[in-house]
Amino acid sequence: MTVSVSTGANFAGRIGARVLAAVPVLLGAVVFTFLLTHVLPGDPAAFLASGPSAGPEEIAQIRARMGLDQPLPTQLWHYLVALAQGDWGQSHTTGQPVWTDLRQRLPATLELTFIAFALTLAVALPLGAAAALWPRSVWDRTCTLLTVGGSCMPTFVIALLLVYVFYFLLGWAPEPTGRIDAMLAPPPIVTGFLLVDATLAGRPDALASAAGRLLLPAVSMALFSLAPVARLMRASMLGVLRSDPVRTARALGLPRRAVLASALHLALLPVVTGAGMVFSYMLSANVVIEKVFAWPGIGSYALDALLASDHAPLQGFVLLVALLFVGVNLGVDLLHSRIDPRARAGA
Amino acid sequence: MSTAPMLEVDGLSLRFHTSSDVLNVLDNVGFTLQAGETLGLVGESGSGKSVTALALAGLLDTRAQVRARRLRFQGRDLLNSQGTPDAAAWQGLRGRRIGFVFQSPRRALHPLRTVGDQLQQVLQIHLGLKAVAARQEALAWIERVGLSDPAHRFKAYAHELSGGQCQRVMIALALAGDPELLIADEPTTGLDVSTQALVLDLIAGLARERRLATLLITHDLALAAQRCARIAVMHAGQLVETLPSAALREGAAHPYTRQMLRATPQSAPTLNALRSVDGTLPDLTRADLPACRFAERCERSDARCRSQAAPWTRTGAQHALACWHPVHVFPQPLALAA
Amino acid sequence: MKARLPRTGAPLGLLLLALFLAAALLGPALAPFDPLATDVLNRLRPPGATHWFGTDALGRDLFSRVLVATRLDLGMAAGAVVLSLLAGSALGAWCGFAGGRIDRWVGRLVDVLMAFPLFVVAMALVAAWGNSVANIVYATALINLPFYIRLARGEVGVRRGAGYVLAARLGGASAPRLLFGVLLPHVLPMLAVQGSINLGWALLNGAGLSFIGLGVRPPTAEWGVLVSEGAPYIITGQWWLAFFPGLALFAAVGCFTLLGDALRDLLDPRGVAEAARS
Repeated sequence: MTVSVSTGANFAGRIGARVLAAVPVLLGAVVFTFLLTHVLPGDPAAFLASGPSAGPEEIAQIRARMGLDQPLPTQLWHYLVALAQGDWGQSHTTGQPVWTDLRQRLPATLELTFIAFALTLAVALPLGAAAALWPRSVWDRTCTLLTVGGSCMPTFVIALLLVYVFYFLLGWAPEPTGRIDAMLAPPPIVTGFLLVDATLAGRPDALASAAGRLLLPAVSMALFSLAPVARLMRASMLGVLRSDPVRTARALGLPRRAVLASALHLALLPVVTGAGMVFSYMLSANVVIEKVFAWPGIGSYALDALLASDHAPLQGFVLLVALLFVGVNLGVDLLHSRIDPRARAGA
Repeated sequence: MSTAPMLEVDGLSLRFHTSSDVLNVLDNVGFTLQAGETLGLVGESGSGKSVTALALAGLLDTRAQVRARRLRFQGRDLLNSQGTPDAAAWQGLRGRRIGFVFQSPRRALHPLRTVGDQLQQVLQIHLGLKAVAARQEALAWIERVGLSDPAHRFKAYAHELSGGQCQRVMIALALAGDPELLIADEPTTGLDVSTQALVLDLIAGLARERRLATLLITHDLALAAQRCARIAVMHAGQLVETLPSAALREGAAHPYTRQMLRATPQSAPTLNALRSVDGTLPDLTRADLPACRFAERCERSDARCRSQAAPWTRTGAQHALACWHPVHVFPQPLALAA
Repeated sequence: MKARLPRTGAPLGLLLLALFLAAALLGPALAPFDPLATDVLNRLRPPGATHWFGTDALGRDLFSRVLVATRLDLGMAAGAVVLSLLAGSALGAWCGFAGGRIDRWVGRLVDVLMAFPLFVVAMALVAAWGNSVANIVYATALINLPFYIRLARGEVGVRRGAGYVLAARLGGASAPRLLFGVLLPHVLPMLAVQGSINLGWALLNGAGLSFIGLGVRPPTAEWGVLVSEGAPYIITGQWWLAFFPGLALFAAVGCFTLLGDALRDLLDPRGVAEAARS
């Protein structure tokens, strides 16, 4: 009987295959943003120009650069080339290249999303498992309440309510105006993640301030995402507790803790895929949260641009989100195959 | 000199509560298993034989309500004051004193852990071995159950092994804790015929070597007759007859056992002579089940069969049954079983 | 045994639905004040006897505004779901029926799309097509499309070889007739369940988009817009401005979720048995 052999070449091959599968998605996103700006009712050059007040020379410039007189496929090719070279257009509200803007603002969004995601997992996984292990207990009821209630309340309402209670009423949270107290000098930028940079620079005051301001927005995002993850964990755990391997573990006389460990190991598998979807969703919810908390991330960047009819940044934002989405999916896939040997064998 | 029987079951009943119904799964099941003996528990699917085994190991859902008059393992009482099995007592016995082999071994093994890892864990927990020693012993077990290249197999996952190989691993897992009783629930169903024989030979060999008592659960009467010294026949949650397998062909006296014999390929001279058992199993959710649950399928039944449960009667040294109209008329007066 | 949440939820859901429908249909007539009438002397009043939900920064009665907004919010959500359902199930059913390579490719595409942060897509669409209510409805319909495509495709694909389908085919039924007359009615129940749950999502989506300034804009009364109007006042303590429209959203989404779950329980008793065992 064959035993699968994981050589380095095989592993690389698997990653390669998954990257290859991601290409259509990326291509799709690129084509989508291309169509967005090049196939419009109206003048695409005007669309990408600095707004209604743009002068005719500027529009002519943009038109020439976009090659709007050329056939569509050629335009698409030029677009792809430009993207690959890092030319994602210019924002007329910030005056900088879109790529530069996005790079500056991405860490803020990522830091927030990571913290929110970590919070979600830290609460939803134990809660879902507890709800499955002790049905109809207080855990189970809390889980049901959260899953039903949490998915009905929009994120922005949750965020505003939290601000009201914890900032206005209780005074515990700092005011929702950005990542760090305006009075404090921010630490020098190394990674862009304030928590990391503050630690590296040895600035406990900046660290505390940044952490405090991360809390409410992260909790707002987490509360909404708790529901699907907890529900998934609970369902998965319930199924696993009744499955053959767990019955075998009990029949073998393994102590309670070992049986539980076995069960959790199995239960986490579908949760990994589901959690990946939640992360993707959070990339979306970012926009709203960044607005409420005046968070200088890519979401608020895109939003401000949109409302100012500055369309190049929006295009860049969609592309970047597509890239992140593909990256997350890839990561989830790889993690899944790490955990599940059956997936490895099948490739 | 009398040693306590390995397993003493008397009056075992099981009710299963779903949200809408109550299922009377087992009704007054009782048998005894001596040390070193092989008993075959035989019945159609749905007869409750697997459930009996699970109940004996305490592996049933919490919605299953188990009651028994007597339940003893090696003389040790396993019932608590309310007449229900004591969960804590069972926990101590499983794996260590009672080994379990399941159907569908590939599904029963943990899909995400290597086979060797699972073996090692059992050895460490039940025999208190340290990691290195446990690993050695695990390798020894892999060899003992007839798998080649133990070092390689140690790192294998369940999905990489064939059904027969998985079952061998399961047997190793069940016996690693050095139990005295092995319960094998349909261990060869789903395997091809040649593998079946090999696996059963393995079980028989190990049982002999380690002086295990074996409870072999199967729907295949011929298989049980071949491999077991004694046979207990179940129907719809009731135990209808126990007899030595040697006496099966001529001596089986319960109408159901005789019908099962008729349905066994080995018993019939031609295919045409094969007859299936009449009717189907009764619906266990009914409140009006007859006292003998075979009554409605039996050509010999009468009103008394339906209303009054026949007592468990010993008709020979190892032969007992519960029936008002057994197929044989026994010469000596029937003695009621103790 | 205590009843599970969905079971007890159905009557509550129906009650809420009745309230919301009444508000949507009769809203303007029932409003105690003109939702657009400003009254600067009475600005930012907390909830009280005259103004049940308080007043906003321009002195407008919040209760009237929330009430009147029901029609727009529910209308947008319903419009999006109906569009999405019709287009998605038709496309999905056709794919499931046709089978083969098209079916597989569409399936793969849909699987990818389902996880994509669709709010972003909605933003992009609104940016390209313009900031209007109609475009919000189209965008929401578009991003909900994958659910129906997948559902219809799956259900039809499964039933394609069923006895009654083959019988109809033998009886000479043409492909469209087969698809819409025979298969689709069987798939309808599952679509209905998905639709009622999707109403909640569509509502959240529409409100979210108008919260960030896309689609509906002030002074039109819409729950998302009302929340965004109230957002700046949270930090100065006038909580009611954002709270009541948020509550309306919560209640409406909750209502649709409860009804969707109850509908699913009704139509899929097997699922109920599964859950009962848990």
